[in-house]
Amino acid sequence: MHPAPSVIIFTTLSGLGFGLLTFLGLGMPGVTGWTAFAFFTIAYLLAVGGLAASTFHLGHPERAFKAFTQWRTSWLSREAWASAGALLVMAIYGFLLVFHDTRLAPLGWLGAALSLLTVFTTSMIYTQLRTVPRWNTPITPVKFLALSIAGGALLSGEVSIAIVAIAAAGLVVVASWIVGDTRFAEAGSDLSTATGLGRFGTVRAFEPPHTGTNYLLREFVYVVGRKHSAKLRLIALLLMVALPVIALALPFNHIFAAVAVLSHLVGVFVARWLFFAEAEHVVGLYYGKR
Amino acid sequence: MTSLPKQTDRKLGLVIDLDTCVGCHACVISCKGWNTENYGAALSDTDPYGAEPSGTFLNRVHSYEVQPASGAAQLVHFPKSCLHCDNAPCVTVCPTGASYKRVEDGIVLVNESDCIGCGLCAWACPYGARELDALEGVMKKCTLCVDRIYNENLPEEDREPACVRTCPAGARHFGDFADPDSNVSRLNRDRGGIDLMPEQGTKPVNKYLPPRRKDQTAEIDVLAPFLEPVAEDAKGFMAWLDKTLEKF
Repeated sequence: MHPAPSVIIFTTLSGLGFGLLTFLGLGMPGVTGWTAFAFFTIAYLLAVGGLAASTFHLGHPERAFKAFTQWRTSWLSREAWASAGALLVMAIYGFLLVFHDTRLAPLGWLGAALSLLTVFTTSMIYTQLRTVPRWNTPITPVKFLALSIAGGALLSGEVSIAIVAIAAAGLVVVASWIVGDTRFAEAGSDLSTATGLGRFGTVRAFEPPHTGTNYLLREFVYVVGRKHSAKLRLIALLLMVALPVIALALPFNHIFAAVAVLSHLVGVFVARWLFFAEAEHVVGLYYGKR
Repeated sequence: MTSLPKQTDRKLGLVIDLDTCVGCHACVISCKGWNTENYGAALSDTDPYGAEPSGTFLNRVHSYEVQPASGAAQLVHFPKSCLHCDNAPCVTVCPTGASYKRVEDGIVLVNESDCIGCGLCAWACPYGARELDALEGVMKKCTLCVDRIYNENLPEEDREPACVRTCPAGARHFGDFADPDSNVSRLNRDRGGIDLMPEQGTKPVNKYLPPRRKDQTAEIDVLAPFLEPVAEDAKGFMAWLDKTLEKF
């Protein structure tokens, strides 16, 4: 799949933002007043900034509000509802915290739940696609949620939770790579089933429909990054997990904390880039490509 | 509404005969022509006369080589367009309701004024039947020429999809699969029509008729054994060259 920067930025930043909102909703850290204002500003910049980035890949962003209509069948529509709900509930909860020093705990819990639900609906947009076997597995939502919780713990400054959550997210990401590497073969689609000609012999793509490229090849067949995938996976793990955990384990210091956050963010970007670049869409089979 | 209908009154679709298709791409061109000049946004081309031409097409013809266990390889031309699946994954993922499957005839369509161009339906389609138009920013797909098949301004023989009407080999057939006695239902039954990627669970309506087996002939000609054998050993200069090159 083509790793579109807008979608990578969106899923990474909004994942972090909603992770932070989850922790704020649970009262971690139990801040009020201007400290709370700072935390909520960061969370909203990440979450809303990510959502805004996601509209850049739309052909007609001015009609985006129509995406609220099909929640009965569409995960993308459900994501719109969940994110709007989470942002609205957490805005009321945050307003009371910042300006009235009042914590309405049940409202925070509801906001936390909606924040996690938003991340879950985002992940289901990818998980539901049978056409991309690497994504079409239950570990995809687990990965999105684990990364969101890890990032949220890190940004909220809950050091002991963050160390465990980041390490756990690292394990989930590694597991998703192991599971994902065999998914295409397990899904059972090949040129033989794609053309239905396998019963007559070995099928080979002889000639493409056109000499140039097209939307399908640009969008679904992306092979550039795959040859470096082993190295990039290592880089992702080092930045996303190893460095932040070491920085957090050291005695607390604002520089170490900043290193942990930045390193984790870049690491998640790399992992998210791989999530797209390594994913193979079955339509590539028709072009003799994967 | 992006819920799929439980059942459609009719199941309009195509039968594509892989035995007959000669790979001339006439269906590709007539499709592009009709659908650029009529219903919906035009199918744009970018850099059409430049170094990297690219464009939106609703129908594309691939060519595949099939090598049987023994004997000569066979070339199969393979037109591919929307299969108007009964269980269309492209419809249910649509967040705006722009994509829908019609209850009356099963045609899968896009309401372009509702399409936000998110591309998710194209991601959900295993067949590459949907293309986001680069200039219009909306999703384009085969409409089964919905503006031809019911069009009373056209002569009756023209009320079928442009690709079917234009095919010079008669490799494309249009009809109603819900009617067991229709031309397409009979062709599908008699020739053992194939579903593409059945493992994707899309239940495609369009069917592909497999190529017939090639005749197997033991010899090229009955007189062949009596022809002078082709020299296997080189003579003269070629023999010297062969021997010399062998040494290295």
